[in-house]
Amino acid sequence: MTQAKVEMLTPASEAEAAELVREAQAKGRKLDIVGGGTRAGLGRPSQADAAISAAGLSGIAFYEPAEMVICAEAGTPVSEIEAIIAQRGQMLPFEPMDHRSLYGTTGEPTIGGLAAGNISGPRRISAGAARDALIGLRLVNGRGEIVKSGGRVMKNVTGLDLVKLNCGAHGALGLITQATFKLLPRPERAATIVIRRLDDRRAIEALSLGLGSPFGVSGAAHISAGMGREFPRTFLRLEGFADSVDYRIAALLKLLEPFGAKHALEAEDSERIWCDIRDAGFLAAPTNRAIWRVSLAPSKAADFVASLNAHALAHFYDWGGGLVWLSSEASRQAAAAIRAALAPLGGHATLIRAPDELREAIDVFEPLSSPLMRITRGVKASFDPDGIFNFGRMYSGI
Amino acid sequence: MSRIAFPTPEPSILARRDEILAGLDALLPKGSLIRQADELRAFETDALTAYRRAPLAVVLPTSTAEVSRVLKYCRDAGVYVVPRGAGTSLSGGAIPQEDAIVVGLSKMSRILEINLADRYASVEAGVTNLAISEAVAADGFFYAPDPSSQLACTIGGNIGMNSGGAHCLKYGVTTNNILGVTVVTLDGEILELGGAHLDAGGLDFLGLMIGSEGQLGVVTEATVRLLRAAEGARPVLFGFDSAEEAGECVAAIIGAGLIPVAMEYMDRLAIEICENFAHAGYPLDVEAMLIIEVEGSEAEMAAQLAKINAIAKSHGVKVVRESMSAMESALIWKGRKSAFGATGRIADYICMDGTVPTSRLPEALKRTGEIVASYGLRVANVFHAGDGNMHPLVLYNVNDEAEEAKAEAAGNELLKLCVDLGGCLTGEHGVGIEKRDLMTHQFNREDLAQQMRVRAVFDPDWRLNPAKVFPLAGRVPA
Repeated sequence: MTQAKVEMLTPASEAEAAELVREAQAKGRKLDIVGGGTRAGLGRPSQADAAISAAGLSGIAFYEPAEMVICAEAGTPVSEIEAIIAQRGQMLPFEPMDHRSLYGTTGEPTIGGLAAGNISGPRRISAGAARDALIGLRLVNGRGEIVKSGGRVMKNVTGLDLVKLNCGAHGALGLITQATFKLLPRPERAATIVIRRLDDRRAIEALSLGLGSPFGVSGAAHISAGMGREFPRTFLRLEGFADSVDYRIAALLKLLEPFGAKHALEAEDSERIWCDIRDAGFLAAPTNRAIWRVSLAPSKAADFVASLNAHALAHFYDWGGGLVWLSSEASRQAAAAIRAALAPLGGHATLIRAPDELREAIDVFEPLSSPLMRITRGVKASFDPDGIFNFGRMYSGI
Repeated sequence: MSRIAFPTPEPSILARRDEILAGLDALLPKGSLIRQADELRAFETDALTAYRRAPLAVVLPTSTAEVSRVLKYCRDAGVYVVPRGAGTSLSGGAIPQEDAIVVGLSKMSRILEINLADRYASVEAGVTNLAISEAVAADGFFYAPDPSSQLACTIGGNIGMNSGGAHCLKYGVTTNNILGVTVVTLDGEILELGGAHLDAGGLDFLGLMIGSEGQLGVVTEATVRLLRAAEGARPVLFGFDSAEEAGECVAAIIGAGLIPVAMEYMDRLAIEICENFAHAGYPLDVEAMLIIEVEGSEAEMAAQLAKINAIAKSHGVKVVRESMSAMESALIWKGRKSAFGATGRIADYICMDGTVPTSRLPEALKRTGEIVASYGLRVANVFHAGDGNMHPLVLYNVNDEAEEAKAEAAGNELLKLCVDLGGCLTGEHGVGIEKRDLMTHQFNREDLAQQMRVRAVFDPDWRLNPAKVFPLAGRVPA
């Protein structure tokens, strides 16, 4: 964060966190929520009086491998959780993005941060987003009350789904203190078909064909020339038991033959390319560029990018084309062009990285219609009537 | 006879009935308003048939714009609104009340767009669950959540209850398979949440809307995710001498990193009832049976089944019966999916829907048997074992009031048991009126107050489906 250093509150327990929030409410102070600090550049710049850290809320509450469920305190490092579940051959299904290379941050991403930001990666297209894997949480709302929603079972429709409402709320509704995620078995093997030299439209056609096949594609991306190679490359990943991957790779290569599919990457080569795609590392430099993340219908993605002309300085596609990552000049003009191009197509664009001045001046998240803005204000007030948490981070004045 | 209370009808609304109906009539095309007592009877309950209330009237709009006009009118007239799909709710989610207008979506049953390249379909809320899959089956696609009532139930109702089904172990429930909805608020405002793309751009109101049981608005259209079907699918029956062995087998399969598309459990009574109905070849000499379905190519299915067979053997499996044809597979699923209907042929029953952590399944089954026996009743267990979603069917005689009361009391105890074992009151049927008064067992005052404050953002005067979900006492005003 570029703001001046503010006081850091570090509660050692949920009860203490609730007390600190009640104190802040009484004194009319605004609080920034801090996890590992690796994504502090996401959202509008804040003007909080103090920060409240989840660092003191750390540890695994329970892990049930046979149920494929883990519950951890919000400040638990993601790396700690991944290490523990890997020992039992399991993983977080949604392949969470690590923002450190984009933001140039250090620190350790936390499980609470994944929940608050709905942070997903390439496997989102087949295994769902963080929002789909998050089955329960506890939080402290702006009244200093401890609220729980969901639980530890996968099927649960008891009452309103406040879990989803908080997943992706970027801390606007409360301080998440504990999160419960469902897990998946770690695949025995992953392999990735590579197709070279397709233009964007053809590439997305190939990805759609793969995703519409019965072969269980779990990653579908297209990257531009200059991103690791001098020509564009299209990737389709298959995961599972070794024999099954063998069979499906052969079947998918045959299906994609008209697109020039000939071979597949294995092991570390496959893993490395999906890490790069997951973390959008291709766009990290130069650091003065703005970075956008745009979700839209895959078949509209190539036209969307083409219509931006010179405003799109570099771009690549994940989620079969349904997720466009692009960099632009950090200017209001570029931002306006991107939003204007997307508006008729449907979808949403998030300004992931930009200097404070730009994130202050324009909407970082997709602007809302007036009825949705009214409801957003209402829901914010229902959790946090005094606007204590991450005030102005998602929307100005909320 | 009813033990679950309904709010006392507001005399001021009942007194204005003619005026309110005239107003609604003027808003809609001819034939959209149902007001005759004999015609209203079809709408006075849903699949929780022990409870009935005739509504003030029923409207059957044909477009989102008409729903908008109706809701705005109802808000201005201060009349209650109960949304309704096909009326298949097992928790009483669609049961009306005397001072409410039922907004039925049955006329809005068109499929608006199918886009296979982007793998979605846009539909009106009154389309049935199965109709979506049928519309894309020839192209090899399907819509994943498959509640047992899928032939009749609507996608709007599925969204209201966040319905599940037998195959959600792999494919998730409704909320994981909806990309967007059009929803009309009580103000008549038309909101578009999500669309043909993934994930929300702001707060996840789409996620909030799904499973909100008609408390926040009326869903009129949906964009659903279509998936490509696997090359093949095969259910296999595994019979065990004890519930414990079957339960432990399920845990071992998941522990081994296998995710079959479905793992369904039936006990001896459920097997007998379903076999008599469907003649699916279920083994009758076992205490517990699992239907486990695998999918993929022939070789992939064979490989998965080899692993599952080995695990089942080490858990004392007594009978293994693999489906040898598409017809046999269809029969196996017919038996399972008609469990509720088939049970209804031999006795009246109430169907519970609590979920427990899968590791607690053996204990939950044992306690279920004990609790129901302590009321002198019988129970058939049929449920989704892979995700711990139990469906004990408590059998009773509907003409015996004392027995009905016992069945309800036993059911309530079973649901509390699920919560006490770390689970929840409802896995896929919703709270409705049925579990409304048990909400305080799962949630404390702060939890419920927060939910009600969110609810109040959409409906500050509690006009939408008001008798449902939250206990009638202690409701938080706007």
